[in-house]
Amino acid sequence: MMNTFKWLLASTALCATPAMAEMLDLEKDELKFGFIKLTDMAPLAVAYEQGYFEEEGLFVTLEAQANWKVLLDGVIDGQLDGAHMLAGQPIAATIGYGTQAHIITPFSMDLNGNAITVSNDIWEQMKPNVPLMDDGRPQHPISAAALAPVIESYRDRGEPFNMGMVFPVSTHNYEIRYWLAAGGLEPGYYSPDDVSGQIGAEVYLSVTPPPQMPSTMEAGTIFGYSVGEPWNQQAVFKGIGVPVITDYDMWKNNPEKVFGITAEFAEENPNTTIALTKALIRAAIWLDENDNANREEAVEILSRSEYVGADAEVIANSMTGSFEFEKGDVRPAPDFNTFFRHNATYPFYSDAIWYLTQMRRWGQIAEPQTDEWFVETAKDVYRPDIYLEAARLLVDEGMADEADFPWDSDGFKAPTPAEDIIDGIAYDGRAPNAYLESLPIGLKGTQTIVGNQIQD
Amino acid sequence: MTAIDPDTLSSEARRARLFTRINKADAWFKVFGLAWMTPILKAASGDNPKAQASEIWRLLGVPLLAILLFLGAWSALAPTVQTSLGAIPGPSQVWEQAVGLHEDAVRERAKEDAFYDRQDKRNADLIAEGRMDDVKERVYTGKPTYYAQIWTSIKTVFFGFLIASFIAIPLGIMAGLSPTANAAINPLIQIFKPVSPLAWLPIVTMIVSAVYATNDGMFSKSFLVSAITVTLCSLWPTLINTALGVSSIDKDLVSVSKVLKMSTYAKITKLVLPSALPLIFTGLRLSLGVGWMVLIAAEMLAQNPGLGKFVWDEFQNGSSQSLAKIMVAVFTIGIIGFLLDRVMYALQSMFTFSENR
Repeated sequence: MMNTFKWLLASTALCATPAMAEMLDLEKDELKFGFIKLTDMAPLAVAYEQGYFEEEGLFVTLEAQANWKVLLDGVIDGQLDGAHMLAGQPIAATIGYGTQAHIITPFSMDLNGNAITVSNDIWEQMKPNVPLMDDGRPQHPISAAALAPVIESYRDRGEPFNMGMVFPVSTHNYEIRYWLAAGGLEPGYYSPDDVSGQIGAEVYLSVTPPPQMPSTMEAGTIFGYSVGEPWNQQAVFKGIGVPVITDYDMWKNNPEKVFGITAEFAEENPNTTIALTKALIRAAIWLDENDNANREEAVEILSRSEYVGADAEVIANSMTGSFEFEKGDVRPAPDFNTFFRHNATYPFYSDAIWYLTQMRRWGQIAEPQTDEWFVETAKDVYRPDIYLEAARLLVDEGMADEADFPWDSDGFKAPTPAEDIIDGIAYDGRAPNAYLESLPIGLKGTQTIVGNQIQD
Repeated sequence: MTAIDPDTLSSEARRARLFTRINKADAWFKVFGLAWMTPILKAASGDNPKAQASEIWRLLGVPLLAILLFLGAWSALAPTVQTSLGAIPGPSQVWEQAVGLHEDAVRERAKEDAFYDRQDKRNADLIAEGRMDDVKERVYTGKPTYYAQIWTSIKTVFFGFLIASFIAIPLGIMAGLSPTANAAINPLIQIFKPVSPLAWLPIVTMIVSAVYATNDGMFSKSFLVSAITVTLCSLWPTLINTALGVSSIDKDLVSVSKVLKMSTYAKITKLVLPSALPLIFTGLRLSLGVGWMVLIAAEMLAQNPGLGKFVWDEFQNGSSQSLAKIMVAVFTIGIIGFLLDRVMYALQSMFTFSENR
């Protein structure tokens, strides 16, 4: 309503319905988008429920998918026109890790939003190793070093220490690996002939779909997991586990989900691509505007059974600026879910390059690559040009603020300073190989995995 | 009924006629699971109340009491089990969710109407501006209501079941008539009959995706995948029962057909089918039951629209209402399964000539 009003003020054209004046010539207007039941699918739900898709002339069906693989296959074989994806998915598909398909990202969906949770039993064993604050609460961020003695005791008993993550190329996988490695633990390597990711591992990571994380942990199959919301807060509510670290505490404002479409779709339907990007940007603006004023409403939308479907209070926990660790230990987390601030929606090449470095670090990219290769690959997948075109139209229509977009960016964020990252190792997207060299655990330079050994 | 002058008939005869009518109707009540209507009608028309009362007790009282006992035990025991989604819901919470689902459906319809209103307004504006080419009629894209999910499941199960019947009945007749064909088909039946739908599903999914490449055909891929999975699992009871029914035809009848020099076609339509019909229907009833059970599993695994997906989605939602909603779905599935069986039984009663009718 407000937007329409603004638009009326801004527009000089006289026209019955403002949303139709600027309507692009759409090649395809009936679209089906897939998503996984996680709070960061919010931009899709909001764009639908607030009518942004319709105002762009798009008739969108949103369909929950069983797991990330089904979702990706759906986009590749055309059953879905686009989807809420793990940032690693378009990149991995484009370089042919897993399923080969050229997928692009015109819109990044959010920052942060994940956490690592361990079961009550593991937390009890970890707690003695965690330094306390003056008020007796654990001091955050908690390093994986606190987990090391627990894993040691499991190893001595000859039991594997299992943890869950949601997908081999998911942010959650790279985050839990980053956290474990920062605490001196080996999370295991991938090699072309062994894609389990458990070569030389001290902690065995395996794939579990997000909604099943709590029940799998309850069943004792895994002792902890790395996942997006609401499944960490759910563990607190159910009293089955304790989140130990949020990804914001691990790496301030790290990129999380993206919106993925096939390159073919974008080529055949350029205007449709711009239109859907416009709708998503508007949704992201709505989610963050006026200091998260709309988050309560967003929580209500997300708690509907067709979207995330978890209880509203569970979703609200992280969406409205706080995060609960141990039962009752609620700490402020204003940026836990960031949808628009800090240029959250702009697809930065440097974000894609960070994912590529992690794929190389853990052996998913088996061979050494040049810095140019990293940059070229990132440019193949991330498409800020489409994003800016959509943003420009929104600014012209008075729906967005000129100052909110990095018009002149070359696609690289300023290097992430050491103090924003848990192990104090700075990241500069322009020098991926140098960055890999600076990480203590992981493949670097010309190293490859042969059998189950690292070879130089 | 022709009108009859009441004076010419004693009340005795009238009652006798009433009872024959009640007894006639009884056959149909039995078909529709309303057997308890008969003693009530009889008692109402004044027939030996004591005997009828014991009938009513047996046919209506006992089942109702059993249901009440079950509900009582359920509401007493449910709260004692604590799951991570809260206590197991009792009958009242489940009823609440059933009402909630209905209200959801009503809300969704309102949203749908609003969508069409907006569309009509947009189109009217376009026409007013003279942009006829831009006028679009689009189908509403919101979530399917609970009723829509039920309807999808029923459509799918019947589609799969019909395909299965079209394959199974001819094959069964072949196997029943010719020992050679039987020997050929039998090992395949034995091997494929025990295969679970969940094992068929990935194969069917792959094949349908490869063969049915268009996305804008008559059926959606997910519908076909579910329906074909149903077909593969519900073939067997019909096939086996048809073969059995056909092979156990009265030998005298077969001799008659030989004497009359009937053609094969005539033999099948005039002799084989009528005498094998009761067993074929038994097979069809079993098949539909199996199909319904299989469908829910297939929808759950393949995430195809329908009740199975509803159950899985609710499980994934993991909200405090999820368990109660899943239970609503369980009852829905059970009741629909029962109704499907009754429908088949009614059809069977209509088409077959049994001794008592």
